[in-house]
Amino acid sequence: MSKQFSQSHLLGIKDITRKDIELVFETADNFKAIINRPIKKVPSLRDVTIANVFFENSTRTRISFELAQKRLSADIVNFSASSSSVSKGETLIDTVNNILAMKVDMVVMRHPAPGACMFLAKHVKASIINAGDGTHEHPTQAILDAYSIREKLKEVGGKKVVIVGDITHSRVALSNIYCLQKLGAEVMVCGPSTLIPKHIETLGVKVEHDLMKALQWCDVANMLRIQMERQDIKYFPSLREYSMLFGLDKAKLDRLNKEIVIMHPGPINRGVEITSDVADSKHSIILDQVENGVATRMAVLYLLAGKQD
Amino acid sequence: MNARTILEKKQLDITIDRLCFELIEKHGDFSNTAIIGLQPRGIFLSRKIHQRIAEITKSTNILYGELDISFYRDDFRRGNEQIIPSEMNINFTVQDKNIVIIDDVLYTGRSIRSALDALTDFGRPKTVELLVLVDRRYSRHLPIQPDYTGIAVDTRANDKVKVEWKENAKNDNVHIITNQS
Repeated sequence: MSKQFSQSHLLGIKDITRKDIELVFETADNFKAIINRPIKKVPSLRDVTIANVFFENSTRTRISFELAQKRLSADIVNFSASSSSVSKGETLIDTVNNILAMKVDMVVMRHPAPGACMFLAKHVKASIINAGDGTHEHPTQAILDAYSIREKLKEVGGKKVVIVGDITHSRVALSNIYCLQKLGAEVMVCGPSTLIPKHIETLGVKVEHDLMKALQWCDVANMLRIQMERQDIKYFPSLREYSMLFGLDKAKLDRLNKEIVIMHPGPINRGVEITSDVADSKHSIILDQVENGVATRMAVLYLLAGKQD
Repeated sequence: MNARTILEKKQLDITIDRLCFELIEKHGDFSNTAIIGLQPRGIFLSRKIHQRIAEITKSTNILYGELDISFYRDDFRRGNEQIIPSEMNINFTVQDKNIVIIDDVLYTGRSIRSALDALTDFGRPKTVELLVLVDRRYSRHLPIQPDYTGIAVDTRANDKVKVEWKENAKNDNVHIITNQS
């Protein structure tokens, strides 16, 4: 039978299958061709209205979703918590139900509380796309990261990927682990022991505290940002020490006897987890990740919108 | 269910040859004409026609592309089946060119309407013509007619016209499958 996306929401990579991810990739290939044409727009979602509900700051993800929606000809409304009635004490369900009462078909939501999207999906009638829920998951980021690896190295299966930095506070790390493993890649996490969750080995990942050993092992290094806004206590003595031990610079790359692919989900703290010369080097695919973000999000929106009748 | 073959390999080759000569008669050396096959099922025919015309005219640089209409269809979110896109492959601008759209079966005309929409996103063609292998007459929902026809057939709404190619089935064949109800 013909291929189908298995879920009617995208809440996390944990809920979807390898087939789903591959279907998103195939669909994204078509959209990537379209966004590189002189006319970058298709009329598929012309009768779909999408609300972008952001309870937390975002630049890349929000612009990327907005562009994806506009290139699919969807109508969009944007909502940010800071300028809304949330500050007057309205609950999440009430806020979203009010938006849905104005006939909205899909909701893209970012929220600081882990599980907020799952909660919402149970209580409102609309397709929900998780654009990051606290320290839980960020599925579209993981999809675009894996898509970028596939584009650069032809396939994801069998590749070795190390995720470096603040694993504890990172939703990108968790989604990436699920996504890469489902596609058959080996995953390692690397960082100071205070920033690596206990028992993370139960997810089937390797743990390494020595950056050089991790780099020597991997084909791809995904450098995460230190999430200062989520750290209520000090997890390491100083940023300078962190960057000496876990920051990626030219000298460390030169000491490797092979070439590796460098990724970063943004926003970059230049000079902390990655230096400028590495971020802008030919090994880095950071800007390809951003471009692929639009194509993969178009694919997710298209596949989910097509599920409804 | 009852299947009737209306074209088999030999007749099909003759029909394709005739269609190629009709195209050459109209478009000469194809210097300003591009052939575009419709994904997913029109491309087997369009590839054959492109290759055959190249053989006959001995010209190697006839513009050729494959167009996917998934994103332009008018039944997205109207049916239960998910529409999965196919590859789009047009590496030239259609601006001021004569375009020949090729598909296997013309039925309601809705795919062709979508194709015309999709095509204008690649520029403004000078002319657009339509070539189909099988024209199911008297079943159009839109005012669309072919310029070149392989074979015209009269069918009922619950009949199916199936075009098979060596590439996706065992042999080149065109059947009508009748559902008696």
